Amino acid sequence: MTAATVTHAPLHPQIAAFHRRQRLKRLALILSAAAFALLVMGLPVIAIVARAFQEGLAVYAANIVEPDTLHAIGLTVLTALIVLPINIVYGIAVAWAITRFRFPGRRILLTIIELPFSISPIVAGLCYLLIYGATGLVGSWLDGWNVQLMFNLTGIVLVSLFVTCPFVARELIPLMQVSGRDQEEAALTLGASGWQTFRHVTLHNIRWALLYGAILANARVMGEFGAVSVVSGNIRGETMTLPLQVQLLYDDYNATGAFAAATVLTLIAVITLVLRSLIEARHPHAS
Amino acid sequence: MTHVLTTGLVPSGPTRRGARRVLPGFGLTLGISLLFVALIILLPLSGLAFQMAQLGFPDYLNIILSERTLAAFSVTISAAALATVFNATFGLLLAWVLVRYEFPGKRLLDALVDLPFALPTAVAGIALVALYDKSGWMGMLLEGMGLKVAYTWWGIALAMIFTSVPFGVRTVQPVMESLSPDMEEAARTLGARDLQIFRHVGFPQLWPSFITGASLAFARSLGEFGAVIFIAGNMPFETEIASLLIMIRLEEYDYPAASAIAGTILGLALVILILANIAQGRAARHLNGGK
Repeated sequence: MTAATVTHAPLHPQIAAFHRRQRLKRLALILSAAAFALLVMGLPVIAIVARAFQEGLAVYAANIVEPDTLHAIGLTVLTALIVLPINIVYGIAVAWAITRFRFPGRRILLTIIELPFSISPIVAGLCYLLIYGATGLVGSWLDGWNVQLMFNLTGIVLVSLFVTCPFVARELIPLMQVSGRDQEEAALTLGASGWQTFRHVTLHNIRWALLYGAILANARVMGEFGAVSVVSGNIRGETMTLPLQVQLLYDDYNATGAFAAATVLTLIAVITLVLRSLIEARHPHAS
Repeated sequence: MTHVLTTGLVPSGPTRRGARRVLPGFGLTLGISLLFVALIILLPLSGLAFQMAQLGFPDYLNIILSERTLAAFSVTISAAALATVFNATFGLLLAWVLVRYEFPGKRLLDALVDLPFALPTAVAGIALVALYDKSGWMGMLLEGMGLKVAYTWWGIALAMIFTSVPFGVRTVQPVMESLSPDMEEAARTLGARDLQIFRHVGFPQLWPSFITGASLAFARSLGEFGAVIFIAGNMPFETEIASLLIMIRLEEYDYPAASAIAGTILGLALVILILANIAQGRAARHLNGGK
């Protein structure tokens, strides 16, 4: 199916015609794939940038430094800073337990780890309200202690953890399974402590996969909309993450402001894709 | 996302039973994992199950069979179905082009395929409205042709297409990479044409991953919220999706109704993923010679 190889000897006319047809088909397929990608994925990105800068650079800058938008950016970054370390610790722990030991319920655990990816964001948010909300099973008990988990930063963090927890684990598990336990056992035999073994052997082997998973998780934490909008309470200037702020501005008929805020999220998405393809190109085993 | 995909790769674990406690950290890592899984995943999900159990079957039916809920389900499911068919088809095309051909801009195309996963859904939502409402570039073009996309059912389908593009491509792609050209060349020497080769030689091998990709895209589209609500118009009975109806019931503090709709959507998505898993397993066994 690949393009005709160039030969110097004169080709039989029928073969030359066949090659010509193949080249044409190839060109048609590539062009239609590119047209689809440009139309469905490329145009929206161009539209965001065009709309954000429609009224000039000064208006754009004013929209970005608007206090509520700045606050939303800060809250989004803060959420990611809390969620990512927990995700990384959980991802390593669960991958270590699953790939290094055999215990009853191991397969069930493996299925449960992936479960959050099959649950839609709104349903996830609803589940959290039902349990951790003020009328929920756990929430009402905590309410007696004057602890509220929902409609504040804690709620946003908890639901973000739910939505992103599979990312790191699912990168690490296949890799640690393939690399096996031999190197770690060798290190232990040579007298390394468990922590030293983990730091110098395991972490060294999984560092790219770990980074890869963390980058994907980060993009999702910063961009999550549905689940967060259920539990955030949508308090202006307080519990609005950046995606929620985009919606708020848009519903307030401040479309230019919404698109300005959206460019920040688009930039994060583009950086994510670039980092991802760099890691994939240099360390193909990491993905 | 690739819940179904990974089940095929379940690691088998260390086999030397006697040596299972050589490495340290079993209690610590399993403890962290179980605590996290219990508090973050299982407890919240049990909340939905508990709420639905409390509701009782007659009340559940009353909520689900109300005209507005049924309309929301039919809008959601039909748009998701269109998006799935569309993405399954174009997923094959994109995967084929990415696997078989070398051309300038290939890495950009490859990155574009992942864009819908990286771009926040709310951003995608307002971008699609900007493009397809009557003052947008595409909107003006399509309006001239008599098709209204923004604030109609077509807009919902379009948003679902955008968010589920990667499933159609990324599930088929690795299998396509592993196809050996020998069989295709054999078919060609026997006189088969391109489409015949694809239909009878390539596609049967891609079929299991094709089902997986389509079911993941469908499940994702069923639950999509952020990208859809901006472009949907959100008119009850006409352009209101199930996720939005859950949100509306929540804002009315009608938790039972929200849970009934959410449980149904979740159940539907899980049934589809499980069915796809079974179909995929069968197809894979068939390919491996009926074992």
